[in-house]
Formats: sequence, C-alpha cells, structure tokens
Amino acid sequence: MSDRDTDREGLPGPAPEDRPRPKGRRNSQGIRVDPEVEAEHPPRRTVISALVEHEPGVLARASGLFSRRQFNIESLTVADTQNDDWARITVVVEEPDPGIDQVEKQLEKVVPVIHVRELEDDAVARELVVVKVDADRPHEVHAITEMYNGKTLDAGPRTITVELTGDEQKINDAIDAYRQFGIREIARTGQTALARGETKTAVVPDHLK
Amino acid sequence: MSEHGAVTESDDGDPDADQQAEESTARTGADSVVASLETAGVETVFGVQGGAIMPVYDALYDSELEHVTMAHEQGAAHAADAYGAVSGDPGVCMATSGPGATNLVTGLADADMDSEPVVALTGQVPTELVGNDAFQETDTIGVTTPITKSNYFASSPDSVGEDVSTAFALANHGRQGPTVVDLPKDVTTGETDVGPVEPEVPGTVDVQTRADDESVAAAAQTIVDADEPVILAGGGVVKGDATEELFAFATEHEIPVVTTMPGIGAFPEDHDLALEMAGMHGTGYANMAITLTDCLLAVGTRFDDRLTGGVDSFAPDADVVHVDIDPAEISKNVEADHPLVGDAGTVLDQLDEAMPGSPATDAWVRQCREWREEYRLDYSAPEDEPLKPQYVVEAVDEATADDTVVTTGVGQHQMWACQFWTYTEPRTWVSSHGLGAMGYGLPSAIGARVAADDDQSVVCFDGDGSFLMTCQELVVAVREQMDITVFVLNNEAIGMVRQWQDAFFDGRRMASEYPWVPKFDTLAEAFGADGFRIEGYDDAPGVIEEALATDGPAVVDVYIDPTEDVYPMVPSGGDNGQFALTEAHL
Repeated sequence: MSDRDTDREGLPGPAPEDRPRPKGRRNSQGIRVDPEVEAEHPPRRTVISALVEHEPGVLARASGLFSRRQFNIESLTVADTQNDDWARITVVVEEPDPGIDQVEKQLEKVVPVIHVRELEDDAVARELVVVKVDADRPHEVHAITEMYNGKTLDAGPRTITVELTGDEQKINDAIDAYRQFGIREIARTGQTALARGETKTAVVPDHLK
Repeated sequence: MSEHGAVTESDDGDPDADQQAEESTARTGADSVVASLETAGVETVFGVQGGAIMPVYDALYDSELEHVTMAHEQGAAHAADAYGAVSGDPGVCMATSGPGATNLVTGLADADMDSEPVVALTGQVPTELVGNDAFQETDTIGVTTPITKSNYFASSPDSVGEDVSTAFALANHGRQGPTVVDLPKDVTTGETDVGPVEPEVPGTVDVQTRADDESVAAAAQTIVDADEPVILAGGGVVKGDATEELFAFATEHEIPVVTTMPGIGAFPEDHDLALEMAGMHGTGYANMAITLTDCLLAVGTRFDDRLTGGVDSFAPDADVVHVDIDPAEISKNVEADHPLVGDAGTVLDQLDEAMPGSPATDAWVRQCREWREEYRLDYSAPEDEPLKPQYVVEAVDEATADDTVVTTGVGQHQMWACQFWTYTEPRTWVSSHGLGAMGYGLPSAIGARVAADDDQSVVCFDGDGSFLMTCQELVVAVREQMDITVFVLNNEAIGMVRQWQDAFFDGRRMASEYPWVPKFDTLAEAFGADGFRIEGYDDAPGVIEEALATDGPAVVDVYIDPTEDVYPMVPSGGDNGQFALTEAHL
C-alpha cells in the first residue's frame, strides 16, 4: 500500500506518435512485404486428394472444416477405393497458396485421414456430367454429343439426356455447346483424380496396409 | 473430498442398489467405460446425472473413481478443462444426452480454443431411437464436431471401452484438446466380455516431435545474426512442459521473453528478461519489443488476433522462427520464415545445440529495460477515490505463495489479473483465453482445486457479470469443502463491454451496467460459503488475509472503482506499437 501513486492520471510513457516505428509491414496474409509493393498471393485452382479411413463422420468433419474456415471449394467427391476400409476424398479448391497449404494441413489433422496431397497439374482428373436438353433438334444434339465423345442416356419426344466425361474444360465447353438447344437440368459429379503414372496419389504408412 | 463424492452418489440411491449390483455379475458397456477410465489413470470425473447417462453412473457406484457432482454441465466441462490445465492430464467430464450434452458445449469449445486435454462422455438415447428426435436426443456428434479434436459415437458394448481409451489418448496426444464419446443407452447397458485396453491413438495419427536438423540450423543462424531478438512464448510452452528448456535458452542467449496470454507462466515474470504479456492489453514494453524486433522466436502459439492486432503491423521487421507441434499453425496467420514443427522442449533443445554462438543483445536488452521503466504498468490510487482493482490483485499476490493457482472469468478483472499478478511458475494461470467464456472462473477454480497439490492455494478473480453466470457452482465448493478464495471485482457492470461502449460507441451503455447485482458476500453465505466484503483501502488488507485464511470456500465482494478501465490497450485490429495509454490515444 505504501507505494500507491496517489495523484497521476493514466499510464506513464510516450504517446503513440512519439514512439519509434518499424520500417516494414506485412500483408493481410501475414507475409512480410516490401512497403512499396502490395504482394498478395492470387488464388489458383488445384486438386487436393485425401485418402481416409472409411468411417462415419469423416466426410462431415472434412466438409465442416472447409465451411468453418471459409475455404473456397469448387467440388468435393468421396467414394470407396480398392480397399474397403479406405475412401478417397477429392477436393477442387480455389485459394491463394497459403490457403491451399492450410486446406492440406487442416485435412491432415482430421484423425481418420491417412494421407493428403495436392496433385500435380498433369494428374489424371475427370468429371462426369449428365445434361438434359430440349429435344427440338435431336440430330444436332446427337452431333454435339458425338463431338464430345458423350453418350445418349435417354431420348424422348421432348427431352434428350446425355452423359459426358472429361476434364473440367471439356465439360464446360460441352455445356456451352448444348446451351443453344435449351438446357433443362444439369448434374455434375465434381472432379475425381489420381496422380499420373507411377506417382502415388496417396502414401499409406506400412502399419496401416 | 473423496468421501463426499461417494456419499452424494449413494445418498439418492435405491436402497436395493447394493443387492442389484450383487445379482448382476456380467460386465456391461458402462463397466467397460469406467474400466477404461481407470486403466487410463483417471482419478476424478466431473459431471451431472441424467437419464441416458445413468448406466455409466451406475457403473461408477462400484468404482474407486471420485465423482464431483457439479451444479451445471458447463461447470463440469470448465472444471475438467482447468483440471487438465493444472495437472497436464486429461480432465474428464460427463453429462446426459440432449441438454446435458449441449450444456457441455461452451466448455468443450473453450478447451478446443485453448488446447486443453478434456474427455467428455455423453449419454445418448438408445441406438434404435437415434434420428427419431427422441426425448433428450441431440446430435451430439454433429454439435461437437467443429469444437473437438475428434469424437466417437459408440456402436457396441464390445468396442465402447476402446472408444473411451482412444478418446483419452487423443485428448492427451500432440497438441492436446477435447474429445467426446457419445454413449447410447443400449451400448452402455449391453453385456460384453471385452476388457479395457491401454489408451492408444489411432494409426493414422503421426505427430512429429523433432524438427528437421537442417531447418533448425538455419533458424539458429538467423537468431544468432539478430540484433533485436525476442522470444514469444505461447501456451504450447506450458502445455509441452518446456518451461525449463525455454528458461535455459533465453537466459543463455540473453533474449528477452514476451508471452501470449496462455503463455503466462512459461517464463518467470520477475526475471530481468521478462517483458510479460503482449497484445491487446499486454504491457507497453512487450508490445514495443514485439513490434520492433528483427527476429521473433515464437514457440507454441497460434498468433491469435488478440496477440497480433492487425497482422500488417505485427512484428513487421522480424524474421519469424515458429516452433509448433501442430503444422497447421505454421504460417496460418503470420508467415514463418523458419517453420520448425515439433515438441516445444525438444525443438528448443535442438535449437540450443545448433546455435553457433549467441546474438549480441546487450544494447537491445538495455532498450527493453528502458521501455520497461518508461511504460511501467501502474495505476493511480488516490485515497478519496474508490478502491482500484489493480491494488486488490497486487495485494492478494503479495499475501499468497508463488505457486498459488489463479483462475479467472473473462473481462476487465481477467486483464488486471494478467497485468498485476506476477506469475513465476507454469500451470498457475488458468483462464479462458481463446473462447473468452464469461463464467469460467468459479468452475475452473473447482477443477484447479482438485488438480492442485493440497498445499497449493487456489484463488479466483472474477467479475460481477462473469460470477453471475456460474455462481451456482458454489454449491459444489461448499459440499466438497474446497479451499478456494473468490475475489469478485465488482464494478456493477460487464466492465469490458462498458469500456468499449465508452471508447467506441459514444458512451451509449446499452445492457452493460448491472446495478442490480446481488450482494455477493450474502449470496455466498446462502450457499454455505464464507462471505466477505471489501469497500475501501482501509479494510482491504485485513479482509484479504481473513478470506485467504478461511479453510473452505470464501467469496469476497470487492467494491472497486466502477470508472476504472483497462490500459494499455491496442484496439481490435490495431498496431501493437501504437497501444493506447489512455482513452485519448484510441
């Protein structure tokens, strides 16, 4: 009690404007930048593949973390693999590099996740789309379907439904081409992918094999 | 205390219970749950009874495990969390389905944010009713997924024991955190002959404890080359039991140490190199150092926004060496120039070995010392004004031993407890850091009391608003005759909100003033605790001494100056180096 200051207002020390300042700064991603140049990472689109143990809740946990952390997800697919105990999640994300890094690391933290990686540009990636169009010009619809190596699944007097597989670009192009006929409905699976050739899409540690 | 726990259980019990227990010799899923807890070394469970969890409670009846019956499930979760914080081992809490489980949620979210090891066991409706919106059914797995490390829906009496063991192992492994096991009633009542297993994490979990040597060498070189290095010690240093390694590194290489809020206790605050807490209400000297440093060695921190302020102005000249056991924390908020994934103590030892020398820090240490004088934490306390809260914190600190455990609620009182208590030992500071959950103080004091050594004191600083949220847990402290002293720094307001209203909302004090708070000393007495009141400087020292000397729980209603605000302050998203010393600087 003896050392109580009895009459001072506020804390001691120089006011904010009288203090030394640092020279540099960071951008909004926490990366140090040249003060003269604003160097943010632009978003890019990439495919992330996760091999997971096939158990309830793993997809909910994975998709929950994407929404919670506001990752920009273009598509997400999940299904069985050659091993009944495993499933593969394929996610297409559009994020700046730090965001992609976070997607990988956060996925890796989910307990049933065995392995996560970003696939290379040359990965074998495919998507399936089912398109239902008006059947007013059946021959022309058929010609477009042939052109994109598609398949007619259903042809009636009023609608034609076709199936196409391909990479994202091809699917987008095909959908554009069908627009002239009047598209009624579209269902896309989202991309699924494997690494090319000998490269492993997922590395499974020996004790889990 | 053990007798009390047991007595509470059997008091309401069926007089035929003993006979029933003798008749049933077969093991149930509930027996497996309890056996798994025992195998994991659990000694105490904090919980509240209820329909769907009754089979597990019934199994506890014959167990050596202590059960602390809490007044509310939130209290059980906070108590388990604080138990984890003080002991380092997972705290276990238990609740029934539906409202029991949802009442745990705040505590689980708190444990998740602060990486505290907690295992929550929740009752669930029988499997055949799941999904039917049955009585007291909540999708506990769905609700707790975003706020737990992992959670398990028990599917069979044969595997439920392993579910509990796995949840325990995961809560304690690598970066600690909360886990949940949801226990449908048919699973806990079903019979099984499967015995308990040792806790083990799933094979998919692989935590790296040692950083790679090349990265360590590069980081060490950067530190040696620095002129103005600072160590930022986070909660990971305390949780990783790396305080000795940190102390050795900092003192050997003469590097000033700043802490985060959860990092309080990582480095003794009375040491010459200690700059104490940085961030929103951190010390001016910590914020000067962390802003102007050219090399930041950050250990076990996630660079929370309350620490960094705006990241654009956070340590903008610093090469960042970031040590963390969770790779996802590296470069999440602040880019690491030297990412070192691993256990805090292990990597600090690695760094120490790799250091080709020590940085020349004489001038820098001198500068930090000058800042410590220039921006010393202080307060004005005229005789004719009401009692200052800072004085109360200092006075209680002086009246207690160094190993006293301090728990707090959330708000102004919490910041004064950070600023004006001198923490010298790890695991003596227990608070709701990341979640900022008002009401954490009293239940966490109960958990801390159970975990602390008998000769350690437990003191809780609370605010009037915070205390009101969970004060019913006094019933637990009284029943168990726990030696806890609660100082309610009463300013008849949720003071931090009021401070922000004054600073940023033109003084429009909407819903922040609590002139109707009860007399907390009388309230305490109604619960059977000892109640005290401090109204000014004259009675403060005597009452503090008397309250601390009380054996059981004591509550001190401290009438503090309602106009006192917390400074220094970095406004949300602001520049740490531009901290305000008064409202005029905001």
